[in-house]
Amino acid sequence: MKQHLSLLTRGLIACVAVLLVVIAADAALHNLLAQNPFGAPRPAPAAEPEASGLIGWLLAKQSEFYRQMSSTIRAAKSDGSAVWTLLFISFAYGIFHAAGPGHGKAVIASYLVANRETAGRGIALSFASALMQSLVAILIVGISAWVLNATAKTMCKAEGVIEIASYALIALFGLRLVWVKGRTFLRALQAAQPVPAMAGVPHDRHDHGHHHHHDAHDHHEHDHHHHDRAHAHDHAHHGHDHVHDEHCGHSHGPTPSELAGPGGWRRGFAAILTVGIRPCSGAILVLVFALAQGLFWAGIAATFLMGLGTAITVAAIAVIAVSAKDVAARLSAGRDGGGALFMRGIEFGAAALVLLFGVGLLFGYIAAERTTCF
Amino acid sequence: MGMRRLFGWLLAAAMTLAAGAAHAHPHVWITATSELLYAADGSITGVRHAWTFDDMFSAYAVQGLESKTKGAYTREELGSLAQTNVESLKEYAYFTFAKADGKKERFQEPVDYFLDYKDTVLTLHFTLPLKNPVKPRQLVLEVFDRSFFIDFQMAKENPVKLVGAPAGCQMKLDRPSDGSATAQKLNEQTFLNGENSNFGMMFANKITVDCP
Repeated sequence: MKQHLSLLTRGLIACVAVLLVVIAADAALHNLLAQNPFGAPRPAPAAEPEASGLIGWLLAKQSEFYRQMSSTIRAAKSDGSAVWTLLFISFAYGIFHAAGPGHGKAVIASYLVANRETAGRGIALSFASALMQSLVAILIVGISAWVLNATAKTMCKAEGVIEIASYALIALFGLRLVWVKGRTFLRALQAAQPVPAMAGVPHDRHDHGHHHHHDAHDHHEHDHHHHDRAHAHDHAHHGHDHVHDEHCGHSHGPTPSELAGPGGWRRGFAAILTVGIRPCSGAILVLVFALAQGLFWAGIAATFLMGLGTAITVAAIAVIAVSAKDVAARLSAGRDGGGALFMRGIEFGAAALVLLFGVGLLFGYIAAERTTCF
Repeated sequence: MGMRRLFGWLLAAAMTLAAGAAHAHPHVWITATSELLYAADGSITGVRHAWTFDDMFSAYAVQGLESKTKGAYTREELGSLAQTNVESLKEYAYFTFAKADGKKERFQEPVDYFLDYKDTVLTLHFTLPLKNPVKPRQLVLEVFDRSFFIDFQMAKENPVKLVGAPAGCQMKLDRPSDGSATAQKLNEQTFLNGENSNFGMMFANKITVDCP
């Protein structure tokens, strides 16, 4: 009877996991259907953008702030105090604009979920990638326009190359995540096969003292993971290819300073590079405009504040994503193996989403923010 | 159960923000005037546009261009930029969509194109000849960017001219309502209304010419 019940529970949980992936894929598909400015023009009905009251409002706001930027930079030429207005507008624009495309927040959120990262790490990643994004924009304009006095056409080509590279990076990053998470998911699937309960099996010896780093609340959930992993190992008989290499994030505290720990920044760097390498077109336009007005420094300051605003929004999204995952983990905890399967399913789904985004962007199925080339 | 509800909300929020919001706001603003060109027999042969860019984009576009006088650019100095512009516009179907009596019409590559620079802004002039001149009862011409990267507004004064149109032709211009107001009105319902809901379309300028 118990066997029967838990089978049912497992089935239910598997359904929920599939549903989640479908929801995620659906969101991505909507983007797939969106008009692509780079590829061949799609027939009108194919464009099915989505917006809500909230998004409509976001669009209106960022549009408003963006429009004010050029007049404020002009004003700053004669009136120094207008610079403060410019900085405020840039900051506000960044906050609203990060809800738009091309900022990799989906990549960051998916990465965090797939890798079981902490919220603190999510915040650190958001800020680091936004900072990098600002720096890339400043470097592009600084070198090509200011130093080399290149034309818009040349800058645009540089932007184009960086863009392709960034999409390829997202795809590669996604591929790696899918590979790692796919294996973990498969193992969890094997573990969830209806086999006599292995509750008595002791924890495997690959448990590198992880528990010492955990606070009590994590402990509970973690025990289950390990429990499950014990199953996995027993079934796979190849304990050495073990899963929890990927879990290192779990043993790190939520403070960003711990990112500097062994492999911390290195591990996060791939995410930062993937997301941060592509500058936003808005920043490039503002920088070139500021340069033309002889106020390049004001453009640089504005770009950094845009980055700060962006970081705040992306960090908020990252925290939401991590919390959602944590709640899911708590909900599914204590479900005798099925819970772990559910979590591995979510992680795999998130990894697949990163890959999907990368491939979609690379092949022009997803409308990204267009570069200003024409 | 509270947890479940919380989870649902968090998931919805994450999904909306992470994937749903991926839509641009305009980065370039164009003020347009358009002329519909008619042949002697009353058929429409093409469209002539004059698009004035906003000052931010104009500054970006002229960056690095050589000019004899600082801050001023002649038509010749802007020649290569104009060519780049019209070549790039091809990819976007020149943001110009014509329908003659409901049938989609295609355009040839632009001719007679040039840029001028005045009061720190650029204006791109070009003519789009129709592949096949048409003589419809009703012509609908729409000018807009589907992805709303460019915000097109028809000029306040003399936005549309009919050049050599037969007597009795009536022109009507439907402007998009103010971009920001429209964007605020967008909601879930707008997009659930049908397959042909099209984001950029909300911002389309629609020119309708009815001839007897």
